Amino acid sequence: MAEYLLILVSTVLVNNFVLVKFLGLCPFMGVSRKLETAIGMAFATTFVLTLSSICSYLVNHFILVPLDITYLRTISFILVIAVVVQFTEMVVHKTSPLLYQVLGIFLPLITTNCAVLGVALLNVQQELDFFSSALYGFGAAVGFSLVLILFAAMREHIVAADVPLAFRGPAIALITAGLMSMAFMGFSGLVRG
Amino acid sequence: MTVLRTSSSPHIHGPNSVPKLMFTVLACLLPALLAHGWFFGAGIAVHLTLACATALGCEALMLSLRDKSRMLFLTDGSALVSATLLCFAIPPLAPWWLTVIGVSFAIVVAKHLYGGLGHNPFNPAMVGYVLLLISFPREMTAWLTPATHSALHYDFGATLDLIFNAGITGVDAVTMASPLDHLRMELSRTHSMVEILNNGELYGRLGGTGWEWVNAMALLGGLLLLWRKIIHWHIPVAMLLALLISAGFFHLLDPGRYSDPMLHLFSGATMLGAFFIATDPVSAATTNRGRLYYGAGIGIITYIIRTWGGYPDGVAFAVLLMNMAAPTLDHFTQPRAFGHGERD
Repeated sequence: MAEYLLILVSTVLVNNFVLVKFLGLCPFMGVSRKLETAIGMAFATTFVLTLSSICSYLVNHFILVPLDITYLRTISFILVIAVVVQFTEMVVHKTSPLLYQVLGIFLPLITTNCAVLGVALLNVQQELDFFSSALYGFGAAVGFSLVLILFAAMREHIVAADVPLAFRGPAIALITAGLMSMAFMGFSGLVRG
Repeated sequence: MTVLRTSSSPHIHGPNSVPKLMFTVLACLLPALLAHGWFFGAGIAVHLTLACATALGCEALMLSLRDKSRMLFLTDGSALVSATLLCFAIPPLAPWWLTVIGVSFAIVVAKHLYGGLGHNPFNPAMVGYVLLLISFPREMTAWLTPATHSALHYDFGATLDLIFNAGITGVDAVTMASPLDHLRMELSRTHSMVEILNNGELYGRLGGTGWEWVNAMALLGGLLLLWRKIIHWHIPVAMLLALLISAGFFHLLDPGRYSDPMLHLFSGATMLGAFFIATDPVSAATTNRGRLYYGAGIGIITYIIRTWGGYPDGVAFAVLLMNMAAPTLDHFTQPRAFGHGERD
């Protein structure tokens, strides 16, 4: 039980995928202009990340390793992720057409969210078992969602601020992300390794 | 014929202004500052002067670069408050460039790149401190033992010499970790709490020697702020209660491994953080319910970082982390508008 808690704390806070590992920065910068879209994106990414880490574990464990074709790992994981994203897109399209409209191009772009492939590959690298892999994916997604939502709310405030002209837009957003990353360093040391 | 004068609202003006507010805050900080200087010596005065000069210099530079009224903003005292708060976190014999780097980063990046006073999402003083702590951990944790217990008393000349000329090696011999830092290191060496507390003269009745007085004075200043209605009660009360409850819970669970809640309340930057840093009206949450969550979050994160984290004190990180969360808290805790239903 303690081990699972450690995985969660580690992925959500200590080794946050966005602010500490710097993965998944494109959606972090791209979909954080509005809080509502950020929340939608957070749910979609959580769903995809958890599902894809489960699927990639199954593919790795029951197809790649027995057939001894682990050199195909990266490409097969990309395929798995693309399938999961397509599935998510269909689900969102059917259940919430409005969210589908709002997320627009970013929904299929989850495929290229490097955090998703990163989680799948890190799971294999760390030789996690089935449940730990799923939890690792889920924790990474929760960490991603957390900072994405907080960041979106901050950006809504910053838009109204009297930022010097040269720093408007992405520049001040990146500075904010840097300061957030500094704040997240406070969690280092909570989990060893 | 009488002339009817008309003017647009508001018709009743409050007597408060930004300079008045800031200088009241500075006045309330004075007891804590005096206690800090009393226990840690002349170095505090040197760093305070340096910090204030740097803050005003950076402020003037940024204001002229941004074509803003220099007199209006330079005399509002907000830069001085940031500089003074940052000064509490800098060890008394630290080299001079530490203060200069910290203060200029705080004023230039954390404050003026966001548009100056009233726009900064992060507390500038804490951004400066965290930058220093991450970049120069060795210099930032070399605290002097409080003067009353230290055999080495430095006069003003020697202090100046150490700050401006000596590298960290010259200072190493007389410095040691702050009480919270010391406690954390000793606990990781599996010493029990009783052993540690009896061993050193680092610990006083409530918290660390010297530190407990600085905290008590900050508490006094904080109560003055409350009395003057500069701050609301929500954030300090929520933060101190959350810290007290989480520390108390773990202390009751295992008194040998988790320290007394009083030690947490009266060590490090707890009181200063609760009344002067977390209550920063710009970077904190602004709804009453949001303020309660905000304060409680700071208290809990402070306890987590102090107890299991890798840094000596968690207040600065906790404040920055909750600064990040403040806009979200505000968004989800909007009070119900009068005349509208419970939901929507």
